[in-house]
Amino acid sequence: MFYTYLYVILLSSLKSKLMKTIIVVGNGMVGYKFCEKIAAREESENFKIIVFGEEPRAAYDRVHLSEFFGNRDAKALELAPMSWYTENKIELIVNERVTDIHRKTKTVTTGSDKEYTYDYLVLATGSSPFVPAINGVEKEGVFVYRTIEDLEAMLNYAEKIKAKKSNGRAAILGGGLLGLEAGKAVMDMGLEPHVVEYAPKLMPRQLDSRSSNVLQLTLENMGINIHSGKATNRILGNGAITGMDFGEDDTLEVDMLVISAGIRPRDELGKTCNLEMGIRGGIVVNDRMQTSDPNIFAIGEVALYNQMIYGLVAPGYEMAEVAVNQIIESFEIVMRPEIDMSTKLKLIGVDVASFGIPYMPADKGLSIIYENKTKGLYKRINVSHDGKTLLGGIMVGDAEDYSILHQMYLNNIPLPDNAEELIVGARGEGGSAFGSAMDLPDTAVICSCEAVTKGAVCCSVIDDGNETVKEVAKATKATTGCGGCKPMVADLVKESLKSLGKTVKESICEHFDYSRQELFDIVKLKNIHDYDQLLDEVGKGHGCEVCKPLAASIFASIYNETANRQETIQDSNDRYLANIQRNGTYSVVPRVAGGEISPKQLMAMGRIAKKYDLYTKITGGQRIDMFGAKLHELPLIWEELIAEGFETGQAYGKSLRTVKSCVGSTWCRYGMDESVSFAIEIENRYKGIRSPHKFKGGVSGCIRECAEARGKDFGFIAVEGGWNVYVGGNGGATPRHAELLAEKVDKETAIKYVDRFMMFYIKTAPPLTRTAAWLDKLEGGITYLKNVVINDSLGIVDELDTDMQNFVDTYKCEWKEAVETPEIRERYTHFINSDETDDNIEFVSLREQKMPKEWA
Amino acid sequence: MIANLSTYESVQPDNVKVWFKAGPASKFPKNGGACIKYKDKQIAIFNFTRQATWYACQNLCPHKMEMVLSRGMIGEEDMQPKVACPLHKNTFSLKTGKNLNGSLDAIATYPVKVEGEFVFVGFSE
Repeated sequence: MFYTYLYVILLSSLKSKLMKTIIVVGNGMVGYKFCEKIAAREESENFKIIVFGEEPRAAYDRVHLSEFFGNRDAKALELAPMSWYTENKIELIVNERVTDIHRKTKTVTTGSDKEYTYDYLVLATGSSPFVPAINGVEKEGVFVYRTIEDLEAMLNYAEKIKAKKSNGRAAILGGGLLGLEAGKAVMDMGLEPHVVEYAPKLMPRQLDSRSSNVLQLTLENMGINIHSGKATNRILGNGAITGMDFGEDDTLEVDMLVISAGIRPRDELGKTCNLEMGIRGGIVVNDRMQTSDPNIFAIGEVALYNQMIYGLVAPGYEMAEVAVNQIIESFEIVMRPEIDMSTKLKLIGVDVASFGIPYMPADKGLSIIYENKTKGLYKRINVSHDGKTLLGGIMVGDAEDYSILHQMYLNNIPLPDNAEELIVGARGEGGSAFGSAMDLPDTAVICSCEAVTKGAVCCSVIDDGNETVKEVAKATKATTGCGGCKPMVADLVKESLKSLGKTVKESICEHFDYSRQELFDIVKLKNIHDYDQLLDEVGKGHGCEVCKPLAASIFASIYNETANRQETIQDSNDRYLANIQRNGTYSVVPRVAGGEISPKQLMAMGRIAKKYDLYTKITGGQRIDMFGAKLHELPLIWEELIAEGFETGQAYGKSLRTVKSCVGSTWCRYGMDESVSFAIEIENRYKGIRSPHKFKGGVSGCIRECAEARGKDFGFIAVEGGWNVYVGGNGGATPRHAELLAEKVDKETAIKYVDRFMMFYIKTAPPLTRTAAWLDKLEGGITYLKNVVINDSLGIVDELDTDMQNFVDTYKCEWKEAVETPEIRERYTHFINSDETDDNIEFVSLREQKMPKEWA
Repeated sequence: MIANLSTYESVQPDNVKVWFKAGPASKFPKNGGACIKYKDKQIAIFNFTRQATWYACQNLCPHKMEMVLSRGMIGEEDMQPKVACPLHKNTFSLKTGKNLNGSLDAIATYPVKVEGEFVFVGFSE
């Protein structure tokens, strides 16, 4: 017994002696990738891994840093939560900086004077922003753009400027990739952006001067001011920055400056322990990512490979992969001699891409250039003298064909006879000059971030049985980096499935093997009323958050049932007939048809909002939103609103929101017809109807179009001799103008056409698809739609008319139903075992009203 | 009071010290959830009527720290029972507490039993 015990002790101490320690310095994207790659290998058991990060958080995605301005959500940028490190037995030490390397003893010391021993040391310290030595660069209001903390400091400073004046200005020093991103960021902060570039053109490393001009024009149209060919001599201001001086009396007044003038490798550690360094910085590595000390590796932007620092993510990831393999003794895996620096990105909504040799001397080859400044387009491809090989290219404004061109370049695919068709499109029928992604060789790298080949993607479908992009992404990691290869992977998945004789099915989720339209027909045909019955008869399993609200929408569209009956299959907002807001409270929106509201109603609403201490705001749809109602207050508020004659505005539903109107001929001296009366009539006609997505309408009394009816799902505009009818428009993320369905028709006909249009949409659209997107996908488009609703080409208009009339006849206010039915009212309590309310909700004051306390 | 994630720690069936009587089963919506209060904790309890099983977890969504999970829609994914947060549709396994469609921290889960007409939740303190 005793001997066994001793044996176990000996064995475990022997094992820990055999364990080797890897210390990783730096926890940026590349440092994290190293951890991820080694954790995925079985051999990682033989290593103890310690990671040092000097920032206070775990690794995050710097490539998408500018998104932080939009959502202020540091968590969304996180690559892995702290718990990931523990689960993978990696010790992560944040807020700690490694200060010295002692190569003789193989130890490192940290800022807090602790000492750690390593067998292998991996330097992934990355880079820091380069700050040129300009006089005055230390002034208040001058920032660099690199970390979340930098961004937060910029945001705070911008708030201070805005508090002082309404027309604050910010300059960005540097017109490269990051600089332009920063330009957009300061614009989003509400400051006037000015980009200052030393070179005569923007993005001097990636673009030729013509494409740079096209980009500059597009950006200026967006409100970003560009000053190129300017050398900054001095930063002006007494304490805080007030301007920049370019010499010869040329100055620019600014309140803030963001420096984005390139990067410098953070190579101090290498320098102080005498590793071999590049003349202009960077730690020299060989193709195994080893520095001049074979036990020390350098990867990412600190590593100087082929006398170059690579500031892109993909080469950094490749270096991490090589270092992992070298350490676990797969010595054959080394870095490729040439690194592809091609990039494609969306810069402030503008596509910019370059690959291979973007611009080159004429003795190397010839260029084909297409430029269209009216559309902000520039495309250039460089072709060998014999016209057979693609050497490189540039795209601005439209980079849809980047992936395939890049692959042609990487794989030396012979060019077609009319190489110009690659950028201007083929003439006549057939469209594209290149074949499909399936024509690429299996070795073609589709996802360069994760180095996934076309062969791997196709195998994952054909041999491993993955059938969706999501499944393939999970199995191969393709698309999980920058996501740029998603369209190509989707194509490959689709084509591979086709080769197996399968088609891509638009099935709703794992519980229903049908499209929404198919399920709609099944429900109607089989006269199914309950979700459980639907699952039992045509589905499998127990349902999820995708199919439940979809079924609810179908039941509502067929039987006009309110959200009260099957409340647990409704979407978050429908379940409680209110819009859930940031802190879990709700907002309340009564219907104000056509935006017409009497002083008496206004006072009633004001009284109720005051009583329940609600924040009030006018909505974009000409009504009033009241925020901050707690769950248990909803029935009480509605009881009072209903008593004052209000009814639900269904702002929470996938249903009619509002019909916006202009003043119309009753008051307006230009009005051709009564837009308000029409808007009220049509809003009351369609209220309560549930549909695949929300829908909105507009009615304008003349062609000045003050109601913005063409930006709505349906719109009417009064013209000489009747109404013009428009359908399929929307604002939102992808704005689109509605298309003309009928001209100069009378009111009754106008309503009839829109009735049919809406009913046809409700029956056939995929889930969560607005009318605009649906109309885009409808084969034959608006012409086909006209044939269906006006000429009755499908022979269904009688059915559409009857179904719509049925909706109109069976409308009821679901909030009235809710407050009058005790069982429904009971749902509105925070706790079922206590009368207390949620004490987690906190408000702070805002311009004499209140708002939710900021998220921690 | 602003909620604290550390208030919630999963309880395994063998560690239950207190079976807290949460309320009559009839008070919980079918195939849906409701919230109860136990000491300073808010607990979401879900009635999977179709499968005749019950689950419980913290009411606090770890994404934005709001007390809302009980109001989320329930469902299943690869045979795992789950809840989708009503704010941003983050889904969590009700068996393991793991975030199924992202990498948020796991939520704490608690054992539930039904005796007679009443629902009980197990706590370790």
